[in-house]
Amino acid sequence: MPADTVSVTGWGRTAPSAARLIRPRTYEEVALAVRECGARGGIARGLGRAYGDAAQNAGGAVLDMTGLDRVHAIDADGGTVLCDAGVSLHRLMEVLLPLGWFVPVTPGTRYVTVGGAIGADIHGKNHHVSGSFSRHVLSLELLTADGQVRTVVPGTPLFEATAGGMGLTGVILTATVRLLPVETSLMCVDTERAGDLDDLMARLADTDHRYRYSVAWIDLLARGRATGRAVLTRGDHAPLDALPRRVRTRGEPLSFRTSRLPAAPSFVPEGLLSRTTVGLFNELWYRKAPRARTGQLQRIPAFFHPLDGVPHWNRVYGRGGFVQYQFVVGHGREDALRRIVRRISERRCPSFLAVLKRFGGSDPGWLSFPVPGWTLALDIPASLPGLGGFLDELDEEVAGAGGRVYLAKDSRLRPELLTAMYPRLDDFRALRARIDPRGVFVSDLARRLHL
Amino acid sequence: MKDAFGLPQSLLVLGGTSEIALATARRLIARRTRTVWLAGRPSPGLDEAAAHLRDLGAEVRTVAFDALDPDAHEDALGKVFAEGDVDMVLLAFGTLGDQAHDERDPGAAVRVAQTNYTGAVSAGLVCASALQTQGHGSLVVLSSVAGERARRANFIYGSSKAGLDAFAQGLGDALHGTGVHVMVVRPGFVRTRMTAGLPEAPLATTPEAVAAAVELGLRRRAETVWVPGTLRVVMSALRHLPRGVFRRLPV
Repeated sequence: MPADTVSVTGWGRTAPSAARLIRPRTYEEVALAVRECGARGGIARGLGRAYGDAAQNAGGAVLDMTGLDRVHAIDADGGTVLCDAGVSLHRLMEVLLPLGWFVPVTPGTRYVTVGGAIGADIHGKNHHVSGSFSRHVLSLELLTADGQVRTVVPGTPLFEATAGGMGLTGVILTATVRLLPVETSLMCVDTERAGDLDDLMARLADTDHRYRYSVAWIDLLARGRATGRAVLTRGDHAPLDALPRRVRTRGEPLSFRTSRLPAAPSFVPEGLLSRTTVGLFNELWYRKAPRARTGQLQRIPAFFHPLDGVPHWNRVYGRGGFVQYQFVVGHGREDALRRIVRRISERRCPSFLAVLKRFGGSDPGWLSFPVPGWTLALDIPASLPGLGGFLDELDEEVAGAGGRVYLAKDSRLRPELLTAMYPRLDDFRALRARIDPRGVFVSDLARRLHL
Repeated sequence: MKDAFGLPQSLLVLGGTSEIALATARRLIARRTRTVWLAGRPSPGLDEAAAHLRDLGAEVRTVAFDALDPDAHEDALGKVFAEGDVDMVLLAFGTLGDQAHDERDPGAAVRVAQTNYTGAVSAGLVCASALQTQGHGSLVVLSSVAGERARRANFIYGSSKAGLDAFAQGLGDALHGTGVHVMVVRPGFVRTRMTAGLPEAPLATTPEAVAAAVELGLRRRAETVWVPGTLRVVMSALRHLPRGVFRRLPV
């Protein structure tokens, strides 16, 4: 098995650490790598889209799972797929869409693996309807520290620790996932603008239930009366009869086409994304959105994964990288959300990828992020002066409102706040101590936050 | 483990009574640092420094360490790394010596060189190897502008810092890609006990300013940090002055 010592970072390109990168091609090789990973343990890594240090393991082993990429079985009638953990959602879409099925949950990028989707218990624009990814997992095979491969099904403690468990319970080898039937590969999208934060929250609260998918891009640089102005894009898979005749009759309503622009250059000067440039971008983005438009047909990549069109888009933040901050506060704590949005806006954080979304019910994982309420996600260049202290203050606000931050995106949380944010953390620690007493599975995230 | 801003959770200070190091420790404790090791010669001063940092909320332990006893470095520092990851090592020990006296007392001059240079070589290599094993960490080396170009007034100290600076740069290159980050900090005249009574040089600075520059350097993963930053330009000019002119400068 090839193993190189390489410097590894998350998608945010901060806090690099060195690890032996092992690329197993078979389950036996995974087992061997776990057995021989040494004193500093190992962690599974997928496509490296976690923003922080979740899939890094300084001085130890990092198992690149993308070599295990077989789709084993598709039940085209029942709508389930059995595949390796290293299969990406992109690959699943390519395979499943022509058969009339879609992944149950997709985040803002389709370049995540199934294993990563379960480990981070990802959510998408349909969380208010469908919940997180792990709610659609029927079973999974987990290689635990003792070398056993266990079949894990929902409703068991091991499943609930593994869903959202950031890979710390073991290495997921395969998963069986329930799919969503679709008639076409296009999306039927309604777009509208909201003039300020209250307007936005009212629209989301009143009419979200009409849409399977809903998200709002929010302009965090807008100030004064426009604070929190946003563009809502909501929709559902287009039914066959919504398509123009020529597409329908040509027989390609289910074709999955993607296009990619050239990749971002490997060197981008620091400070390209400043308050001025991002402010300008946000202004244009808001102005170009229609005040209200219904029934627009969009391709899946355009609706779900606009950033996937620019490979390595994370480079635009320059060498210093960026921090993604995502938190959720429960219903009834809108006051905290308003305060945080106001503080971010007053501080003029240059964030052009901020989204607000209303979550549905909680998910099964002990460390799953979603709780019913409001979630805001934003990107900020790591080089912004005073950012660390500012985010610490936001953490206090979030924790004080009973909210939490998302581990798959975190790269800087104060560990002391974690127990308040994740009440099941002690159960998680206890289960890990039981099934992995030697601490074979460990990551930089786990070290930093004492998971 | 360091966070996205390079801030360490655990810190090992070599030269645990250094004012610059303690200012840095105070600053880092206010952010993320929870565990501090102060390595130095056992003394009331060391215990006092530990007690002060403890009051700020950190878990502080002291470890006996003498720059002039390189044979013991492996054991003394190995003990620290055996207790858990060290996210940042601050190599801060050093002595200014007394130039006029040391020129007449070669033994004393050699002790300055041994403390500032060979002691740091030994401790630096021990720490570098431990950091490399853990796959992450920052080694912050307190050099000095005095090492940039030796001056008539303090060339014994200056030459030792020149050696240290060159060593740390080379070590940084050797460790490139291993997850270990080596940062050379070159302060100008810092107002501390070490410089008390000396005539103040232009662009004099404080331990707190050095600490702030260290924090910024960690965030930027900088390889070289000048304090204050303008010294970089000043020294760049001074470096190119002809010897005859440089010799006559009143610095």
